Amino acid sequence: MTDIKFEHKQSAHCENGVTANLFTFHGLKISEPLVFGIGSGLFFAHMPFMKLTGIPVTGFRPMPGIIFQRAAKKLGIKMKVKTYKNPKQAMADLDANLAKGIPTGCVVGVFHLTYFPEPYRFHFNAHNLVVFKKENDLYYISDPVMENITTLTYKDFERVRFAKGTAEPKGKMYWPISVPKEVNLKKAIIKGIRKTCYDMTEIPLPFFGAKGIHYLAKQMLKWPKKMEERKALQYLGQVVRMQEEIGTGGAGFRFMYAAFLFECYTIFQDERFKQFSMEMTQIGDLWREFAIEASRLVKNRSRSGSDWESVSNLLHNIADKEQDTFERLYKLAKEWDKKL
Amino acid sequence: MKKEEVPQDDGLLQGKTRDLYYVLDENGNYVSALSTGWEPKNIVMQQAWDVINESVEEAKNKVLNKEASPLLYHMEKNQMDIKLLAQYTNINKNKIKDHLKFGGLDNASEADLQSYADAFRISIDQLKSIN
Repeated sequence: MTDIKFEHKQSAHCENGVTANLFTFHGLKISEPLVFGIGSGLFFAHMPFMKLTGIPVTGFRPMPGIIFQRAAKKLGIKMKVKTYKNPKQAMADLDANLAKGIPTGCVVGVFHLTYFPEPYRFHFNAHNLVVFKKENDLYYISDPVMENITTLTYKDFERVRFAKGTAEPKGKMYWPISVPKEVNLKKAIIKGIRKTCYDMTEIPLPFFGAKGIHYLAKQMLKWPKKMEERKALQYLGQVVRMQEEIGTGGAGFRFMYAAFLFECYTIFQDERFKQFSMEMTQIGDLWREFAIEASRLVKNRSRSGSDWESVSNLLHNIADKEQDTFERLYKLAKEWDKKL
Repeated sequence: MKKEEVPQDDGLLQGKTRDLYYVLDENGNYVSALSTGWEPKNIVMQQAWDVINESVEEAKNKVLNKEASPLLYHMEKNQMDIKLLAQYTNINKNKIKDHLKFGGLDNASEADLQSYADAFRISIDQLKSIN
């Protein structure tokens, strides 16, 4: 069996991390923030008509798998993607890949993921990892959110690849089959920025982008009026959990986007990207302030200094800032688009 | 966020890993830094667990009050509902409902008991108790 030298690099988010690590293995050295920016990973959505465990869905990123698809497409990388009905076949095909020395991305559920910290083990089925080696019954796993390489037994691995419930992974596995020698990084970056700016400022629906943040801020004030405080606080807690859950790099991916814009500054040698990076950092700090105030409300209920009104106002302020920043960033991206 | 502001509030990661943040270093460059945890996040994660733990406690009381079989307790403990349990075990939902009633597991076949035990990763003896 081939021994693959796979470099495990921890990242904030599983999907970008797997993408960056796989592309880097195939000779295209790329950072997590760059994958995130090119894949237009930054987003905002508040969708009260969609509920998970009875709580409205709030998201700081697009649907799982999309960042990866977009980044691969814009960089001209061809991927092989397979899903399965039969678990034994899925494991056999994976073994065949590993025998050929191909590090392979897999989608898994985290509830039965034995090495994961227990408090994070919910029935969430869109986690990504790379498996790069098999030795007897043990698979060697590069899970981007873990500091170190971990392992899973055949039985435990099969179980998480065939986790049940919402968005079943169905043994999904993927790997690059062709990576171009040279890529037009600048063009891919500008396209990625344009898509993000559009999503954040121009989608003509109230649920998405900066408008969506205003919408959430308004909806939030209705919660304590139309349901028990306990339930209303669960709604609020869910927003903070999505913002700060494992893998956002803090502040609902805003710091990761700031790191991306900083990398743009070095790639384009345009000071304006650096300024945008700093603006994004400040916006991230505001999101953290929101998390602090909201969690105080959750912890102390009405007795705390924070109340619904002030938490909602923090969000309105963030929404105004994001609207303004992404509108101006859009102009800069369009300006560069003409030059490339 | 600046590098020196990265929170190190221990908690839910249990020392198994650390969170990666993107932060500004002292020279104004973007770098990554690791965090053992952050209090606001610990609070909202704990909130989610309180909800789960309450359901488990409720299930336990139902079993003790002879209103349900231990299957209810194990189902709640594994954050499952009847639909998800049916998916993991391939046992019909109506059959599961029968098994959830007090004494319901006494009528379950050996094969069904084994399927439940496998889904919860416990033994059949453990399945029949709430310890």
